[in-house]
Amino acid sequence: MTNVMYLISALCFIGALRGLASAQTSRLGNWIAIFGMLIAIVGVCIKAGRNDFALLFGTIGAGAAIGNIIALRVSMVSLPQMVAGFHSLVGLSAVLVACAVFCSPHSFGILENGNICISGLVEMGLGVAIGAITFTGSLIAFLKLQGLYKGHNISRAFNFAFGSGVICLLIYFIYAKSLIAFVLLACASMVLGATLVIPIGGADMPVVVSLLNSYSGWAASGIGFTLHNDLLIITGALVGASGAILSYIMCKGMNRSLLDVIFSTSFGGGATKSQNVVSNFHQGMPEDIACMLASAQSVIIVPGYGMATSKAQHALKELGDTLKKRGVSVRYAIHPVAGRMPGHMNVLLAEADVPYDEVFELDEINGEFSSCDVAYVIGANDITNPAAKTDPGSPIYGMPILEVSRAKAVVFLKRSMGVGYAGVDNSLFYAENTIMLLGDAKKNTEEVVRAL
Amino acid sequence: MLQFCHGLLSDLLSINVDTHATTVFLLACCVGYYVVWKVTPALHAPLMAVTNAISSVIIIGAIFGFLRAESDVAKCVALIAVLLLSVNIFGGFMLTRRMLSMFRKR
Repeated sequence: MTNVMYLISALCFIGALRGLASAQTSRLGNWIAIFGMLIAIVGVCIKAGRNDFALLFGTIGAGAAIGNIIALRVSMVSLPQMVAGFHSLVGLSAVLVACAVFCSPHSFGILENGNICISGLVEMGLGVAIGAITFTGSLIAFLKLQGLYKGHNISRAFNFAFGSGVICLLIYFIYAKSLIAFVLLACASMVLGATLVIPIGGADMPVVVSLLNSYSGWAASGIGFTLHNDLLIITGALVGASGAILSYIMCKGMNRSLLDVIFSTSFGGGATKSQNVVSNFHQGMPEDIACMLASAQSVIIVPGYGMATSKAQHALKELGDTLKKRGVSVRYAIHPVAGRMPGHMNVLLAEADVPYDEVFELDEINGEFSSCDVAYVIGANDITNPAAKTDPGSPIYGMPILEVSRAKAVVFLKRSMGVGYAGVDNSLFYAENTIMLLGDAKKNTEEVVRAL
Repeated sequence: MLQFCHGLLSDLLSINVDTHATTVFLLACCVGYYVVWKVTPALHAPLMAVTNAISSVIIIGAIFGFLRAESDVAKCVALIAVLLLSVNIFGGFMLTRRMLSMFRKR
């Protein structure tokens, strides 16, 4: 009975991911996932066959209340840190579940001849290590994204040595089969999780968040192997695969290898910083920009992380509406690594009620810049830098970019003339057809709307 | 040291690979691979939120542990895991729902 319910639940989860193939089916998909989770929980209650449910459901109820409050109150701008925070809970829980299993293996029915078999210990050890790394790694990612912690430099050699230490502890745990070894392994993995994420920089955060997403899945799978539970194995594999694919897409969007990000090899910027600082740039006023936009036929808006930090998405939507009323065609171009997590910009624009059929991905819209009059770049820098195409010496060389330079005119909304995350100067700022609008992106966009 | 190595070696040799679980795992990885590539990039943020919610399905291990474990330590630890995971489940699904409700066509 329970196994059939687990099977249905697994199918529901697959269906839920499939639902995300389009925005129309995605809401149904979410309900299917909720149904799958419900079936799984009912299934395990039937299987356990005890009825001291009061405390259990009280706890679930309390968790539900906390979870709902958090999810309803969080703003879409701080979505990445929220997701990182949730990942850390999965990681910690994986460790706790493994601990419960280790303390009372008999009741989980995983004993062979009175002992946990070796493969069970290997799986459990891996589950604990990955879970613990996910826990602290996500916690650090959360603190960094929230701006509470800036990060330190930790050498690659240290992390490598420490990682080897954790592997030794894993082997020791399998050999010693003791609770002390279990605790040692969990603690060391937690420290490793922290030291791995501490040196990773802000723009690499999309990769880190998706990688931790992946880890939380593998940890769940590890627990599933230990418990011989197919549902956990399947779900863990789905989540793990999903996170891995997202990490791959993010890495490709930055032309960085996954290992470079994990071992936090920096962009090697700094050397290129001071070269063209003296160049001249054209600074505009909101009125000039409004004038330009009003006489344009087609405008492409390119949002970046700066749009999120200044919460400019609503002002941007207003700008789009005003322009559309004047008969200007307005589209949005989203780079895969814009923002701090995959799909961050899309959610922010959707929050501001921008219809999703006006929003285009890199490949879809890159050919359109040559026929557009104004590219309105708001809080984005590296993802538009032509050096990625033309300058083999540039640290971001090879990264796919949005080719805004092909537009007849480019407007850059930036806080200051500072360099982007990669520490590379953007030659576009000094181009003949570029106008810089410095200051708060939200305020400036509102001014432009007013001037229109 | 020698004893340790010997013990370890004999332990490693006695590993029985659980072919059933491994089969399920690898097939699920394949399914995940094909399903996730079909997800439209615009919905990658909800994808992360929903995968986060469904990975909390390890709550079934925690619930089982709480209801069936004999040792009090195990029960207690399992109950904490139930609490954390239910925060995650409800939070994750609610966050996904909130995000998806924003995606509208013209």
